[in-house]
Amino acid sequence: MMKNSFNDSSAKRDFYGVQLETPFMLGTAQYPSPAILAKAFEQSKASVATVSLRREASGDKAGQDFWRLIQQLNVHVLPNTAGCHTVKEAVTTAHMAREVFGTSWIKLEVIGEEDTLQPDVFGLVEAARILSEDGFQVFPYTTEDLVVADRLVNAGCRVLMPWGAPIGSGMGLNNIFGLRALRAHFPDIPLVVDAGLGLPSQAAQAMELGMDAVLLNTAVSKAGDPAMMAEAFANAIRAGQLAVKADPMVPRDMASPSTPILGKAFLD
Amino acid sequence: MNAFTEHVVVLGAGVAGLCVATELVARGIFPKVIDRQLEPGPESCSWWAGGMLAPYCEVESAEEAVLHYGKKAATWWQKHTDVVEHQGSLVLALDRDQADLKRFAKRTQAYDVLDADEITELEPDLSGRFSRGLYYREEAHLSPRNALRALKTKLIQQGVTFINQSADPDMLAKDSLVIDCRGIKAKPDLDGLRGVKGEMLILRCPEVQLTRPVRLLHPRIPLYIVPRGDGVYMLGATMVESSAKKHASVRSVMELLNAAYAINPAFGEAEILEIGVDSRPAFANNLPRIRRQGQIIRANGLYRHGFLLAPTLAKMVVDYLEQGIESEWFDTTNLTTTEETINL
Repeated sequence: MMKNSFNDSSAKRDFYGVQLETPFMLGTAQYPSPAILAKAFEQSKASVATVSLRREASGDKAGQDFWRLIQQLNVHVLPNTAGCHTVKEAVTTAHMAREVFGTSWIKLEVIGEEDTLQPDVFGLVEAARILSEDGFQVFPYTTEDLVVADRLVNAGCRVLMPWGAPIGSGMGLNNIFGLRALRAHFPDIPLVVDAGLGLPSQAAQAMELGMDAVLLNTAVSKAGDPAMMAEAFANAIRAGQLAVKADPMVPRDMASPSTPILGKAFLD
Repeated sequence: MNAFTEHVVVLGAGVAGLCVATELVARGIFPKVIDRQLEPGPESCSWWAGGMLAPYCEVESAEEAVLHYGKKAATWWQKHTDVVEHQGSLVLALDRDQADLKRFAKRTQAYDVLDADEITELEPDLSGRFSRGLYYREEAHLSPRNALRALKTKLIQQGVTFINQSADPDMLAKDSLVIDCRGIKAKPDLDGLRGVKGEMLILRCPEVQLTRPVRLLHPRIPLYIVPRGDGVYMLGATMVESSAKKHASVRSVMELLNAAYAINPAFGEAEILEIGVDSRPAFANNLPRIRRQGQIIRANGLYRHGFLLAPTLAKMVVDYLEQGIESEWFDTTNLTTTEETINL
């Protein structure tokens, strides 16, 4: 019963009508070279590439070589508003991204604090509402806060991207309880752990919590061998995904013999 | 060889073109060098370069070849100019960014780990600001503008003709062998070449005395400062995937200045002499390539490693010309014209 109901709801969870081939979203920043970026994507089997748009680069198609490179990756492109600190900046950047990339998907970041790059959740909700009303399909980068999540959904978001830990910190899942609560409260909304992952085991853990995908960048791009790390994450994400589908055992306090007395060989 | 002498044209007198011309002359081939600028100047990307000959540091985020060939750069420049400073280089991070220093150390070699006192001993003006640093004693630096001028002066003395005009490589190729070293301007003729925009500043700050390049690591905005002598410093450089050669943004300039301020607050009083912007020519793996297209040999893609790799690129071009050697950077794919023998 439990197993079936879980599978049913997870099957319904798509990303604005798109079923992803793999639950892996990979960022495109800070690789040693575009060639290494391409290799990392190949190994990652990621189905989504996030791309940040410097507003200055969009003006006279000066950045089109990089865009072309991203298009050649043959994955869904999810532009983001990285580095935006105000609602207005984020909305402007989103409009430019829609024009440049030809998609209404937008990963919405409104940064509120410079040291932790913590989202400004008030600005986030406001920007999400403006963009949703304007036909954007918003992927908001948020905290694990339930109330904020609720406001985002009310603003029109049909995907939520709670952080694991601050961007680029590599600390993993800082608030497992919060993420679990988020999962429980929003059974029908796709959840993506975005930011803070440093190791594949942390990505596996996110999937085991029932997340629908993970998004990361630095852990791969700043690894000594980005392509190999991308493969490691791909395997871990797959492991976590399989674990959920396999319906894991429930932990218990007491030991429970895995070999019952009945099955033991009888020795005289 | 005499027929050769009269018919080789080097197009572009930035660092690539001047190094190629120098290598040609070293082997007895006297080219004509054509450039739009009368003298080395702001139209070429190398005018804005940092001038760090820092292969050990650069390999942190580059292919092994940058270290392998880059190690030869200081000797080459020493041989052909007198502008090389052998002072090593320093890599530092603020205490909150120590993880980046660890990472940098893990990815590089040939450094000494310095504590606060040792940093002070090396650079008294960094005293008290950094508790740990990495010192790459084998690295060097030079003033790019002086280096370009020195190469050009020497080439003229050796009898090389410089022609000041805009030129179309295809027209020139009708009666000469053209070595196209135009950098990003050759983009329409080179599949896969892209621009990586860089912004930099030149400051005058006689209060601060630094004798060697200093890199300040930061998770998002790694920067360096290179002393040019007489209290002048080059502060660089941003990396933006864009072929734009204009618009230094306020954010970039602010970040550059912040880094200078972090290195020594006295930079707050510095005079801003120049704000530079240009686009570095690069291929997908950020390594240079040599591509033959009929009577044109294109040498390009030096990325942020102009002064570090141009000597090797130049040698490879001349090896190909003289002996037909297709070196590591020789591009055998994507040739748009058929194989032809060089016909002089």
